[in-house]
Amino acid sequence: MLELCGVNTFYGASRILRDVSLRVPPGKLVALLGRNGAGKSTLLKTIVGQAAAQSGRVRFDGEDITSAQPWRIARAGIAYVPEAREIFPSLTVAENLFLARRAGEWSGEKVFALFPPLKARLRHGGGELSGGEQQMLAIARALLQNPRLLLLDEPTEGLAPVVVDEIRRRLAGLKTAGPAILLVEQNHAFAAAIADQIYVLGKGEIRWHGAPAGLRADVVGAWLGVHDVRD
Amino acid sequence: MVFLIQLLNGLQLAALLFLLSVGLSVVFGLMRFINLAHGTLFMFGAYLGVACAAAFDSFWAAFFLAPLLVAAGGAALYGILLRHIRRKSPMQQVLVTFGLIFIGFDVARMVWGRFPYSIAEPAVFAGGVQIFGQVYPAYRLFLIALGIAVMAALYLGLEKTRIGAMVRAGVDNRRMAAALGINVERVFFFVFCLGCGLAGLAGVAAAPVFPVFPGMDMPILILALIVVVVGGPGSLKGAMFGSLLVGLADTFGQVVFPEFAAATIYALMAAVLMVRPTGLFPAATVH
Ligand SMILES: Nc1ncnc2c1ncn2[C@@H]1O[C@H](COP(=O)(O)OP(=O)(O)OP(=O)(O)O)[C@@H](O)[C@H]1O
Ligand SMILES: [Mg+2]
Repeated sequence: MLELCGVNTFYGASRILRDVSLRVPPGKLVALLGRNGAGKSTLLKTIVGQAAAQSGRVRFDGEDITSAQPWRIARAGIAYVPEAREIFPSLTVAENLFLARRAGEWSGEKVFALFPPLKARLRHGGGELSGGEQQMLAIARALLQNPRLLLLDEPTEGLAPVVVDEIRRRLAGLKTAGPAILLVEQNHAFAAAIADQIYVLGKGEIRWHGAPAGLRADVVGAWLGVHDVRD
Repeated sequence: MVFLIQLLNGLQLAALLFLLSVGLSVVFGLMRFINLAHGTLFMFGAYLGVACAAAFDSFWAAFFLAPLLVAAGGAALYGILLRHIRRKSPMQQVLVTFGLIFIGFDVARMVWGRFPYSIAEPAVFAGGVQIFGQVYPAYRLFLIALGIAVMAALYLGLEKTRIGAMVRAGVDNRRMAAALGINVERVFFFVFCLGCGLAGLAGVAAAPVFPVFPGMDMPILILALIVVVVGGPGSLKGAMFGSLLVGLADTFGQVVFPEFAAATIYALMAAVLMVRPTGLFPAATVH
Protein backbone atom coordinates (compact mmCIF):
# COMPACT_ATOMS: atom_id res chain seq x y z
CA MET A 1 0.00 0.00 0.00
CA LEU A 2 2.62 2.57 1.08
CA GLU A 3 6.13 2.05 -0.13
CA LEU A 4 9.24 4.16 0.34
CA CYS A 5 12.29 3.31 -1.78
CA GLY A 6 15.70 4.79 -1.02
CA VAL A 7 14.31 8.11 0.24
CA ASN A 8 16.76 10.90 1.08
CA THR A 9 15.46 14.08 2.69
CA PHE A 10 17.49 17.18 3.54
CA TYR A 11 16.86 20.26 5.62
CA GLY A 12 19.14 22.74 3.93
CA ALA A 13 22.51 21.02 3.72
CA SER A 14 21.94 18.49 6.47
CA ARG A 15 20.81 15.06 5.36
CA ILE A 16 18.09 13.88 7.71
CA LEU A 17 16.90 10.68 6.00
CA ARG A 18 19.41 8.30 4.37
CA ASP A 19 18.18 5.79 1.82
CA VAL A 20 15.08 4.97 3.81
CA SER A 21 12.98 2.09 2.48
CA LEU A 22 9.83 1.01 4.24
CA ARG A 23 6.50 -0.67 3.48
CA VAL A 24 3.10 -0.47 5.11
CA PRO A 25 0.83 -3.29 3.90
CA PRO A 26 -2.96 -2.74 3.67
CA GLY A 27 -4.78 -2.99 7.00
CA LYS A 28 -1.58 -3.46 9.04
CA LEU A 29 -0.19 -1.39 11.86
CA VAL A 30 3.48 -0.56 11.39
CA ALA A 31 5.39 1.18 14.16
CA LEU A 32 8.36 3.43 13.54
CA LEU A 33 10.67 3.72 16.53
CA GLY A 34 13.69 5.88 17.18
CA ARG A 35 15.26 8.33 19.57
CA ASN A 36 14.73 12.08 19.62
CA GLY A 37 16.04 13.60 16.43
CA ALA A 38 16.29 10.28 14.59
CA GLY A 39 14.16 11.66 11.75
CA LYS A 40 10.80 10.01 12.48
CA SER A 41 8.74 13.15 12.01
CA THR A 42 10.73 14.04 8.92
CA LEU A 43 9.82 10.66 7.46
CA LEU A 44 6.09 11.33 7.94
CA LYS A 45 6.49 14.85 6.55
CA THR A 46 8.18 13.41 3.49
CA ILE A 47 5.23 11.09 2.93
CA VAL A 48 2.64 13.87 3.14
CA GLY A 49 4.69 16.26 1.02
CA GLN A 50 5.63 18.77 3.73
CA ALA A 51 9.30 17.89 3.31
CA ALA A 52 10.70 17.16 -0.15
CA ALA A 53 12.58 13.94 -0.86
CA GLN A 54 15.74 14.83 -2.74
CA SER A 55 15.95 11.35 -4.20
CA GLY A 56 14.08 8.08 -3.87
CA ARG A 57 10.39 7.34 -4.39
CA VAL A 58 7.24 7.35 -2.30
CA ARG A 59 4.45 5.22 -3.75
CA PHE A 60 0.90 4.87 -2.52
CA ASP A 61 -1.18 2.10 -4.04
CA GLY A 62 1.34 1.93 -6.85
CA GLU A 63 0.98 5.63 -7.63
CA ASP A 64 4.09 7.82 -7.35
CA ILE A 65 3.34 10.62 -4.87
CA THR A 66 6.94 11.71 -4.27
CA SER A 67 6.48 15.28 -5.44
CA ALA A 68 2.69 15.52 -5.42
CA GLN A 69 1.09 18.52 -3.76
CA PRO A 70 0.16 17.90 -0.11
CA TRP A 71 -3.59 18.38 -0.68
CA ARG A 72 -3.53 15.82 -3.48
CA ILE A 73 -1.73 13.33 -1.26
CA ALA A 74 -4.44 13.83 1.36
CA ARG A 75 -7.16 13.32 -1.24
CA ALA A 76 -5.44 10.15 -2.39
CA GLY A 77 -6.30 8.72 1.03
CA ILE A 78 -3.51 9.54 3.49
CA ALA A 79 -4.47 11.29 6.72
CA TYR A 80 -1.84 12.80 9.01
CA VAL A 81 -1.89 13.51 12.74
CA PRO A 82 1.17 15.71 13.32
CA GLU A 83 3.26 15.73 16.46
CA ALA A 84 1.92 19.16 17.47
CA ARG A 85 -1.70 18.14 16.66
CA GLU A 86 -2.26 21.42 14.84
CA ILE A 87 -5.89 21.96 15.72
CA PHE A 88 -7.28 25.12 14.08
CA PRO A 89 -7.83 27.54 16.98
CA SER A 90 -10.31 29.79 15.13
CA LEU A 91 -12.55 26.86 14.28
CA THR A 92 -14.93 25.16 16.66
CA VAL A 93 -14.40 21.51 17.48
CA ALA A 94 -17.25 20.64 15.12
CA GLU A 95 -15.71 22.69 12.31
CA ASN A 96 -12.32 21.13 12.91
CA LEU A 97 -13.91 17.72 12.61
CA PHE A 98 -16.15 18.15 9.61
CA LEU A 99 -14.08 20.62 7.56
CA ALA A 100 -12.39 17.86 5.61
CA ARG A 101 -14.87 15.06 6.08
CA ARG A 102 -15.10 12.65 3.19
CA ALA A 103 -17.74 10.00 2.75
CA GLY A 104 -16.98 6.57 4.11
CA GLU A 105 -17.24 4.23 6.99
CA TRP A 106 -16.20 6.78 9.63
CA SER A 107 -19.05 9.07 10.63
CA GLY A 108 -19.50 11.59 13.40
CA GLU A 109 -21.31 8.98 15.46
CA LYS A 110 -18.53 6.48 15.10
CA VAL A 111 -15.76 8.88 16.14
CA PHE A 112 -17.80 10.05 19.13
CA ALA A 113 -18.14 6.44 20.18
CA LEU A 114 -14.36 6.15 20.01
CA PHE A 115 -13.69 9.51 21.74
CA PRO A 116 -16.76 10.36 23.87
CA PRO A 117 -15.30 13.55 25.41
CA LEU A 118 -15.40 15.27 22.00
CA LYS A 119 -19.16 15.14 21.74
CA ALA A 120 -19.67 17.46 24.70
CA ARG A 121 -17.15 19.95 23.30
CA LEU A 122 -18.50 20.41 19.77
CA ARG A 123 -19.28 24.09 20.15
CA HIS A 124 -16.06 24.97 21.92
CA GLY A 125 -13.20 26.66 20.14
CA GLY A 126 -10.34 24.44 18.98
CA GLY A 127 -7.98 26.47 21.17
CA GLU A 128 -9.94 25.74 24.38
CA LEU A 129 -9.23 22.02 24.56
CA SER A 130 -6.88 20.21 26.92
CA GLY A 131 -3.88 18.39 25.47
CA GLY A 132 -5.62 15.02 25.60
CA GLU A 133 -8.78 16.38 23.96
CA GLN A 134 -6.69 18.03 21.26
CA GLN A 135 -5.06 14.70 20.52
CA MET A 136 -8.44 12.97 20.33
CA LEU A 137 -9.71 15.73 18.03
CA ALA A 138 -6.66 15.42 15.78
CA ILE A 139 -7.15 11.65 15.46
CA ALA A 140 -10.92 12.00 14.99
CA ARG A 141 -10.37 14.67 12.34
CA ALA A 142 -8.03 12.33 10.49
CA LEU A 143 -10.46 9.39 10.74
CA LEU A 144 -13.30 11.48 9.31
CA GLN A 145 -11.22 11.89 6.18
CA ASN A 146 -11.85 8.16 5.83
CA PRO A 147 -8.25 7.53 4.85
CA ARG A 148 -6.81 4.24 3.69
CA LEU A 149 -3.60 5.08 5.54
CA LEU A 150 -3.30 6.93 8.83
CA LEU A 151 -0.01 8.51 9.92
CA LEU A 152 0.27 9.13 13.67
CA ASP A 153 3.22 11.07 15.08
CA GLU A 154 3.76 10.28 18.79
CA PRO A 155 0.08 10.42 19.73
CA THR A 156 0.73 10.11 23.46
CA GLU A 157 3.61 12.55 23.76
CA GLY A 158 3.24 15.08 26.55
CA LEU A 159 -0.05 13.71 27.91
CA ALA A 160 -0.91 12.76 31.48
CA PRO A 161 -0.50 9.02 32.22
CA VAL A 162 -4.25 8.35 32.52
CA VAL A 163 -4.84 9.99 29.13
CA VAL A 164 -1.94 8.06 27.62
CA ASP A 165 -3.57 4.81 28.71
CA GLU A 166 -6.90 5.86 27.26
CA ILE A 167 -5.45 6.89 23.89
CA ARG A 168 -3.47 3.66 23.72
CA ARG A 169 -6.57 1.60 24.36
CA ARG A 170 -8.38 3.48 21.56
CA LEU A 171 -5.49 2.92 19.17
CA ALA A 172 -5.48 -0.79 19.91
CA GLY A 173 -9.21 -0.75 19.12
CA LEU A 174 -8.60 1.06 15.84
CA LYS A 175 -6.29 -1.66 14.70
CA THR A 176 -9.01 -4.17 13.99
CA ALA A 177 -11.53 -1.80 12.44
CA GLY A 178 -9.49 0.91 10.84
CA PRO A 179 -7.20 1.87 8.02
CA ALA A 180 -3.55 0.88 7.70
CA ILE A 181 -1.52 2.80 10.28
CA LEU A 182 2.02 4.05 10.41
CA LEU A 183 2.60 4.91 14.06
CA VAL A 184 5.62 6.88 15.30
CA GLU A 185 6.37 5.98 18.91
CA GLN A 186 9.11 6.32 21.47
CA ASN A 187 7.74 3.67 23.77
CA HIS A 188 8.94 0.43 22.22
CA ALA A 189 7.14 -1.79 24.71
CA PHE A 190 3.79 -0.36 23.65
CA ALA A 191 4.77 -0.49 19.97
CA ALA A 192 5.84 -4.11 20.27
CA ALA A 193 2.52 -4.97 21.89
CA ILE A 194 0.37 -3.40 19.22
CA ALA A 195 2.29 -3.43 15.91
CA ASP A 196 2.41 -6.03 13.13
CA GLN A 197 5.77 -4.76 11.94
CA ILE A 198 8.44 -2.58 13.50
CA TYR A 199 11.00 -0.33 11.86
CA VAL A 200 13.80 1.20 13.89
CA LEU A 201 15.20 4.51 12.68
CA GLY A 202 18.58 5.68 13.98
CA LYS A 203 20.34 8.83 12.79
CA GLY A 204 18.25 8.90 9.63
CA GLU A 205 18.77 5.27 8.62
CA ILE A 206 16.59 2.20 9.02
CA ARG A 207 18.64 0.10 11.46
CA TRP A 208 16.32 -2.84 11.90
CA HIS A 209 12.93 -4.07 10.84
CA GLY A 210 10.88 -7.13 11.48
CA ALA A 211 8.10 -8.62 13.55
CA PRO A 212 7.81 -7.26 17.12
CA ALA A 213 8.82 -10.62 18.61
CA GLY A 214 12.20 -10.30 16.96
CA LEU A 215 13.09 -6.94 18.53
CA ARG A 216 16.15 -7.91 20.59
CA ALA A 217 17.90 -6.18 23.43
CA ASP A 218 20.94 -5.29 21.33
CA VAL A 219 18.83 -3.31 18.82
CA VAL A 220 16.96 -1.67 21.66
CA GLY A 221 20.20 -0.82 23.43
CA ALA A 222 21.89 0.57 20.35
CA TRP A 223 19.03 2.61 18.81
CA LEU A 224 16.27 2.94 21.37
CA GLY A 225 15.80 2.93 25.12
CA VAL A 226 18.35 4.03 27.64
CA HIS A 227 18.29 7.67 26.57
CA ASP A 228 14.54 7.64 26.62
CA VAL A 229 13.55 8.97 30.01
CA ARG A 230 9.89 9.53 29.32
CA ASP A 231 8.45 6.07 29.81
CA MET B 1 -24.53 69.13 15.49
CA VAL B 2 -21.35 69.58 13.52
CA PHE B 3 -20.13 66.63 15.55
CA LEU B 4 -22.94 64.40 14.33
CA ILE B 5 -22.39 65.36 10.70
CA GLN B 6 -18.69 64.66 11.04
CA LEU B 7 -19.46 61.38 12.71
CA LEU B 8 -21.58 60.39 9.71
CA ASN B 9 -18.83 61.52 7.33
CA GLY B 10 -16.36 59.45 9.30
CA LEU B 11 -18.61 56.40 9.16
CA GLN B 12 -19.01 56.84 5.42
CA LEU B 13 -15.24 56.89 4.94
CA ALA B 14 -14.98 53.90 7.28
CA ALA B 15 -17.48 51.98 5.12
CA LEU B 16 -15.44 52.60 1.97
CA LEU B 17 -12.21 51.74 3.76
CA PHE B 18 -13.74 48.53 5.01
CA LEU B 19 -14.74 47.43 1.50
CA LEU B 20 -11.23 48.17 0.32
CA SER B 21 -9.18 46.84 3.20
CA VAL B 22 -11.00 43.60 3.95
CA GLY B 23 -9.72 41.97 0.76
CA LEU B 24 -6.18 43.25 1.32
CA SER B 25 -6.21 42.02 4.89
CA VAL B 26 -7.59 38.52 4.40
CA VAL B 27 -5.44 37.89 1.31
CA PHE B 28 -2.40 38.91 3.32
CA GLY B 29 -3.46 36.77 6.27
CA LEU B 30 -3.97 33.73 4.07
CA MET B 31 -0.90 33.91 1.90
CA ARG B 32 1.35 36.74 3.10
CA PHE B 33 0.69 38.26 -0.29
CA ILE B 34 0.77 42.03 -0.66
CA ASN B 35 -1.06 43.58 -3.60
CA LEU B 36 -0.34 47.30 -3.62
CA ALA B 37 -2.40 47.64 -6.80
CA HIS B 38 -5.54 47.09 -4.70
CA GLY B 39 -6.19 50.86 -4.87
CA THR B 40 -5.88 50.69 -8.64
CA LEU B 41 -8.73 48.17 -8.66
CA PHE B 42 -10.73 50.70 -6.64
CA MET B 43 -10.02 53.33 -9.31
CA PHE B 44 -11.00 50.98 -12.14
CA GLY B 45 -14.18 50.11 -10.25
CA ALA B 46 -15.01 53.82 -10.34
CA TYR B 47 -14.12 54.24 -14.04
CA LEU B 48 -15.91 51.07 -15.13
CA GLY B 49 -18.85 52.30 -13.07
CA VAL B 50 -18.78 55.58 -15.00
CA ALA B 51 -18.68 53.65 -18.28
CA CYS B 52 -21.49 51.26 -17.31
CA ALA B 53 -23.63 54.08 -15.95
CA ALA B 54 -23.28 55.87 -19.27
CA ALA B 55 -23.85 52.75 -21.36
CA PHE B 56 -26.96 51.58 -19.54
CA ASP B 57 -28.04 54.97 -18.30
CA SER B 58 -28.45 53.44 -14.85
CA PHE B 59 -26.58 53.73 -11.58
CA TRP B 60 -27.66 50.28 -10.51
CA ALA B 61 -26.33 48.64 -13.67
CA ALA B 62 -22.96 50.22 -12.84
CA PHE B 63 -23.27 49.26 -9.18
CA PHE B 64 -23.65 45.56 -9.96
CA LEU B 65 -21.57 45.26 -13.13
CA ALA B 66 -18.44 47.21 -12.20
CA PRO B 67 -17.49 44.95 -9.23
CA LEU B 68 -17.95 41.86 -11.41
CA LEU B 69 -15.76 43.35 -14.13
CA VAL B 70 -13.09 44.29 -11.59
CA ALA B 71 -13.21 40.80 -10.06
CA ALA B 72 -12.77 39.32 -13.54
CA GLY B 73 -9.88 41.72 -14.18
CA GLY B 74 -8.35 40.71 -10.86
CA ALA B 75 -8.68 37.03 -11.80
CA ALA B 76 -6.95 37.67 -15.14
CA LEU B 77 -4.20 39.70 -13.47
CA TYR B 78 -3.66 36.88 -11.02
CA GLY B 79 -3.51 34.23 -13.73
CA ILE B 80 -1.14 36.20 -15.94
CA LEU B 81 1.18 37.85 -13.46
CA LEU B 82 0.56 37.65 -9.72
CA ARG B 83 0.49 33.84 -9.60
CA HIS B 84 4.17 33.86 -10.48
CA ILE B 85 5.23 36.20 -7.71
CA ARG B 86 3.05 34.58 -5.03
CA ARG B 87 5.97 32.63 -3.58
CA LYS B 88 8.53 35.35 -4.10
CA SER B 89 9.86 37.62 -1.38
CA PRO B 90 7.62 40.40 -0.06
CA MET B 91 10.01 42.91 -1.63
CA GLN B 92 9.36 41.49 -5.09
CA GLN B 93 5.62 41.53 -4.51
CA VAL B 94 5.81 45.14 -3.40
CA LEU B 95 7.90 46.18 -6.40
CA VAL B 96 5.80 44.38 -9.01
CA THR B 97 2.45 45.51 -7.64
CA PHE B 98 3.83 49.03 -7.10
CA GLY B 99 4.68 49.01 -10.81
CA LEU B 100 1.08 48.06 -11.54
CA ILE B 101 -0.05 51.26 -9.84
CA PHE B 102 1.83 53.32 -12.45
CA ILE B 103 0.57 51.18 -15.31
CA GLY B 104 -2.99 51.54 -14.02
CA PHE B 105 -2.53 55.29 -13.73
CA ASP B 106 -1.31 55.58 -17.33
CA VAL B 107 -4.05 53.33 -18.67
CA ALA B 108 -6.70 55.39 -16.90
CA ARG B 109 -5.20 58.62 -18.24
CA MET B 110 -4.96 57.27 -21.79
CA VAL B 111 -8.50 55.94 -21.86
CA TRP B 112 -10.38 58.56 -19.85
CA GLY B 113 -8.09 61.62 -19.86
CA ARG B 114 -7.06 63.66 -16.87
CA PHE B 115 -10.35 65.39 -16.15
CA PRO B 116 -12.59 64.13 -13.39
CA TYR B 117 -15.78 62.19 -13.99
CA SER B 118 -18.60 61.38 -11.67
CA ILE B 119 -21.74 59.22 -11.59
CA ALA B 120 -25.11 60.71 -10.71
CA GLU B 121 -26.44 59.11 -7.57
CA PRO B 122 -29.52 56.91 -8.04
CA ALA B 123 -32.87 58.69 -7.91
CA VAL B 124 -33.93 56.93 -4.66
CA PHE B 125 -31.00 58.41 -2.78
CA ALA B 126 -30.81 61.73 -4.64
CA GLY B 127 -32.27 63.91 -1.94
CA GLY B 128 -31.30 64.76 1.60
CA VAL B 129 -32.47 63.44 4.92
CA GLN B 130 -33.33 65.64 7.91
CA ILE B 131 -31.13 64.75 10.86
CA PHE B 132 -31.36 66.97 13.95
CA GLY B 133 -32.33 69.92 11.84
CA GLN B 134 -29.55 69.39 9.33
CA VAL B 135 -29.90 68.05 5.83
CA TYR B 136 -27.59 65.12 5.18
CA PRO B 137 -27.26 63.56 1.70
CA ALA B 138 -29.23 60.31 1.56
CA TYR B 139 -26.65 58.68 -0.69
CA ARG B 140 -23.98 59.00 2.00
CA LEU B 141 -26.24 57.20 4.43
CA PHE B 142 -26.62 54.51 1.78
CA LEU B 143 -22.82 54.14 1.72
CA ILE B 144 -22.78 53.55 5.47
CA ALA B 145 -25.56 50.98 5.12
CA LEU B 146 -23.69 49.31 2.28
CA GLY B 147 -20.59 48.95 4.44
CA ILE B 148 -22.63 47.41 7.24
CA ALA B 149 -24.48 45.06 4.86
CA VAL B 150 -21.26 43.80 3.26
CA MET B 151 -19.73 43.34 6.68
CA ALA B 152 -22.70 41.28 7.84
CA ALA B 153 -22.63 39.18 4.66
CA LEU B 154 -18.91 38.54 5.01
CA TYR B 155 -19.33 37.66 8.66
CA LEU B 156 -22.00 35.10 7.86
CA GLY B 157 -20.01 33.74 4.92
CA LEU B 158 -16.86 33.40 6.99
CA GLU B 159 -18.40 32.06 10.20
CA LYS B 160 -21.31 29.96 8.97
CA THR B 161 -20.29 28.33 5.70
CA ARG B 162 -17.91 25.53 4.84
CA ILE B 163 -15.85 27.65 2.50
CA GLY B 164 -15.65 30.27 5.26
CA ALA B 165 -14.31 27.62 7.63
CA MET B 166 -11.76 26.67 4.97
CA VAL B 167 -10.62 30.29 4.74
CA ARG B 168 -10.24 30.51 8.51
CA ALA B 169 -8.42 27.19 8.62
CA GLY B 170 -6.09 28.43 5.88
CA VAL B 171 -5.36 31.64 7.78
CA ASP B 172 -4.74 29.66 11.00
CA ASN B 173 -2.47 27.06 9.51
CA ARG B 174 -2.10 26.72 5.78
CA ARG B 175 0.08 23.62 5.97
CA MET B 176 -2.40 21.67 8.09
CA ALA B 177 -5.32 22.79 5.91
CA ALA B 178 -3.51 21.31 2.91
CA ALA B 179 -2.80 18.13 4.87
CA LEU B 180 -6.57 17.73 5.22
CA GLY B 181 -6.95 17.79 1.45
CA ILE B 182 -7.99 21.44 1.11
CA ASN B 183 -6.69 23.08 -2.04
CA VAL B 184 -5.55 26.24 -0.27
CA GLU B 185 -4.39 27.82 -3.56
CA ARG B 186 -7.92 27.65 -4.88
CA VAL B 187 -9.40 29.04 -1.67
CA PHE B 188 -6.86 31.83 -1.92
CA PHE B 189 -7.80 32.56 -5.54
CA PHE B 190 -11.45 32.75 -4.57
CA VAL B 191 -10.70 35.15 -1.70
CA PHE B 192 -8.44 37.22 -3.94
CA CYS B 193 -11.16 37.62 -6.58
CA LEU B 194 -13.74 38.45 -3.92
CA GLY B 195 -11.37 41.09 -2.52
CA CYS B 196 -10.90 42.57 -6.00
CA GLY B 197 -14.67 42.66 -6.50
CA LEU B 198 -15.12 44.49 -3.18
CA ALA B 199 -12.43 47.01 -4.17
CA GLY B 200 -14.38 47.56 -7.40
CA LEU B 201 -17.59 47.92 -5.40
CA ALA B 202 -15.92 50.54 -3.19
CA GLY B 203 -14.84 52.39 -6.35
CA VAL B 204 -18.23 52.50 -8.00
CA ALA B 205 -19.94 53.31 -4.71
CA ALA B 206 -17.54 56.20 -4.16
CA ALA B 207 -18.01 57.63 -7.66
CA PRO B 208 -21.09 59.76 -6.88
CA VAL B 209 -19.26 61.33 -3.90
CA PHE B 210 -15.58 61.53 -4.84
CA PRO B 211 -14.24 62.77 -8.18
CA VAL B 212 -13.07 59.99 -10.48
CA PHE B 213 -9.64 60.85 -11.91
CA PRO B 214 -6.28 59.17 -12.52
CA GLY B 215 -4.54 59.02 -9.17
CA MET B 216 -7.71 58.91 -7.05
CA ASP B 217 -6.44 55.55 -5.79
CA MET B 218 -3.36 56.77 -3.92
CA PRO B 219 -4.82 58.54 -0.87
CA ILE B 220 -7.31 55.76 -0.20
CA LEU B 221 -4.72 53.01 -0.79
CA ILE B 222 -2.56 54.52 1.91
CA LEU B 223 -5.49 54.72 4.31
CA ALA B 224 -6.44 51.11 3.51
CA LEU B 225 -2.89 49.92 4.21
CA ILE B 226 -2.98 51.76 7.52
CA VAL B 227 -6.28 50.02 8.28
CA VAL B 228 -4.63 46.63 7.72
CA VAL B 229 -1.70 47.54 9.97
CA VAL B 230 -3.87 49.05 12.72
CA GLY B 231 -6.57 46.35 12.59
CA GLY B 232 -4.11 43.45 12.36
CA PRO B 233 -3.94 41.44 9.17
CA GLY B 234 -6.05 38.40 8.39
CA SER B 235 -9.20 39.06 10.36
CA LEU B 236 -12.58 40.51 9.51
CA LYS B 237 -12.78 42.05 12.96
CA GLY B 238 -9.44 43.76 12.40
CA ALA B 239 -10.59 45.24 9.09
CA MET B 240 -13.82 46.41 10.71
CA PHE B 241 -12.33 48.12 13.75
CA GLY B 242 -9.34 49.38 11.78
CA SER B 243 -11.65 51.01 9.23
CA LEU B 244 -13.74 52.61 11.95
CA LEU B 245 -10.72 54.01 13.75
CA VAL B 246 -8.98 55.28 10.65
CA GLY B 247 -12.17 56.65 9.05
CA LEU B 248 -13.13 58.56 12.17
CA ALA B 249 -9.60 59.71 12.98
CA ASP B 250 -9.07 60.99 9.45
CA THR B 251 -12.39 62.83 9.38
CA PHE B 252 -12.17 64.35 12.83
CA GLY B 253 -8.47 65.05 12.39
CA GLN B 254 -9.27 67.31 9.46
CA VAL B 255 -11.84 69.21 11.50
CA VAL B 256 -10.11 69.42 14.84
CA PHE B 257 -6.49 69.88 13.78
CA PRO B 258 -6.74 71.08 10.19
CA GLU B 259 -3.08 72.02 10.09
CA PHE B 260 -1.97 68.55 11.24
CA ALA B 261 -4.65 66.64 9.38
CA ALA B 262 -2.26 64.31 7.61
CA ALA B 263 -0.39 63.57 10.82
CA THR B 264 -3.40 62.47 12.92
CA ILE B 265 -3.66 59.20 11.11
CA TYR B 266 0.00 58.35 11.47
CA ALA B 267 -0.10 59.33 15.13
CA LEU B 268 -3.02 56.92 15.55
CA MET B 269 -1.07 54.16 13.83
CA ALA B 270 2.01 54.77 15.96
CA ALA B 271 -0.09 54.79 19.13
CA VAL B 272 -1.82 51.50 18.28
CA LEU B 273 1.43 49.81 17.29
CA MET B 274 3.11 50.86 20.53
CA VAL B 275 0.40 49.11 22.53
CA ARG B 276 -0.22 46.22 20.13
CA PRO B 277 2.67 45.69 17.71
CA THR B 278 0.70 43.26 15.53
CA GLY B 279 -2.43 45.41 15.32
CA LEU B 280 -5.69 45.26 17.21
CA PHE B 281 -7.10 41.87 16.11
CA PRO B 282 -4.51 39.95 14.12
CA ALA B 283 -5.37 36.42 13.04
CA ALA B 284 -3.32 33.78 14.89
CA THR B 285 -1.36 32.43 11.95
CA VAL B 286 1.13 29.58 11.79
CA HIS B 287 3.64 29.85 8.96
N1 LIG C 1 12.52 22.44 9.84
C1 LIG C 1 13.75 21.95 10.14
N2 LIG C 1 14.86 22.59 9.71
C2 LIG C 1 16.09 22.10 9.98
N3 LIG C 1 16.32 20.99 10.69
C3 LIG C 1 15.26 20.30 11.15
C4 LIG C 1 13.92 20.75 10.90
N4 LIG C 1 13.07 19.88 11.46
C5 LIG C 1 13.83 18.93 12.05
N5 LIG C 1 15.15 19.18 11.86
C6 LIG C 1 16.26 18.33 12.33
O1 LIG C 1 16.12 17.08 11.70
C7 LIG C 1 16.44 16.04 12.60
C8 LIG C 1 15.31 15.07 12.67
O2 LIG C 1 14.18 15.71 13.20
P1 LIG C 1 12.79 14.98 13.40
O3 LIG C 1 11.83 15.99 13.91
O4 LIG C 1 12.43 14.26 12.15
O5 LIG C 1 13.15 13.92 14.54
P2 LIG C 1 12.21 12.97 15.37
O6 LIG C 1 12.75 11.61 15.22
O7 LIG C 1 10.79 13.19 14.99
O8 LIG C 1 12.45 13.47 16.85
P3 LIG C 1 11.43 13.64 18.09
O9 LIG C 1 11.34 12.30 18.73
O10 LIG C 1 12.11 14.62 18.97
O11 LIG C 1 10.15 14.13 17.55
C9 LIG C 1 16.78 16.70 13.93
O12 LIG C 1 18.16 16.76 14.06
C10 LIG C 1 16.20 18.07 13.81
O13 LIG C 1 16.99 18.99 14.53
MG1 LIG D 1 9.20 13.92 15.91
